[in-house]
Amino acid sequence: MHIMEGYLPASHAAGWFAASAPFVIAGATRLKRIVTLRPQAKMMLAAAGAFTFVLSALKMPSVTGSCSHPTGTGLGAVVFGPAVMAVMGTIVLLFQALLLAHGGLTTLGANVFSMAIVGPWVSWAVWRGTAKLGASTAIAVFLAAALGDLATYATTSVQLALAYPDPASGIIGAVAKFGSIYAVTQIPLAIAEGLLTVAVMNALSGRAGAIDEIQELSGEGQ
Amino acid sequence: MMANTRSWWLLAATAAIVAAPLALPGLGGTFKGSDDLGTEAILAARPDYKPWARPLWTPPSDEVESLLFALQAALGAGILGYVIGRRHGAKRVGDTR
Repeated sequence: MHIMEGYLPASHAAGWFAASAPFVIAGATRLKRIVTLRPQAKMMLAAAGAFTFVLSALKMPSVTGSCSHPTGTGLGAVVFGPAVMAVMGTIVLLFQALLLAHGGLTTLGANVFSMAIVGPWVSWAVWRGTAKLGASTAIAVFLAAALGDLATYATTSVQLALAYPDPASGIIGAVAKFGSIYAVTQIPLAIAEGLLTVAVMNALSGRAGAIDEIQELSGEGQ
Repeated sequence: MMANTRSWWLLAATAAIVAAPLALPGLGGTFKGSDDLGTEAILAARPDYKPWARPLWTPPSDEVESLLFALQAALGAGILGYVIGRRHGAKRVGDTR
């Protein structure tokens, strides 16, 4: 999902920065409030950030014969809501842009929008929706993480299609083209991320089978 | 205990999904990064496109790059493992009350 440095036209790069900035600022405010009101949530916040850090470093092979990485933003979005993940995701993307030449500073706005905003918001909406429909916590967490991951890569495909529409088939054709590179590759990896997120959530809850205690993880139940 | 078993199954299934493309006959490919393939697709569609910015710093070799990726994963895994351990410990102290 990393759009490489310099590969978005300047107007697009600026537009995505403008779209992402309010989310990151709101996320920072929210993060500060959580830490002030519930200092006991610090550890879990660190864990949510750490999970994104690990998963976005792991490039995994997919059935399409290419490699891609999960995003790990679903876990934090489920526990703390999507806003804080905008900040965590930005930190990860900055690390990779500065030290790994992976992604870039000019494309940071676009990459933040896909990985740190759309992904977490989709995860959170899926989590809320499936829980309301009566799905078990494990199923809801799985779907939230998997679909958030997939949404990030679908967003990247759309971002590139908007910047590079196909001469013949336009933006729609370009979405299909970039989607076949990003989103299709991501399907098995999104499933893997969903399963892993359930296992890690389970481990973090500190007690066997107690992932219904998401509220407790976020420090709200204490 | 049931849920612990479930976690192991979840981890095993995750590993299987990741390993399948490498192990199953009929699947395969170059396993290049999708980010690089995306960049190639841009250049294929717009051969005259010149990226207008370059990374400030690029790891000088694949070794250095893999070092930094491993560092990223290790930092994350370290913190995650610490928090999981702390939470388990806290539960155990709580259980003795």
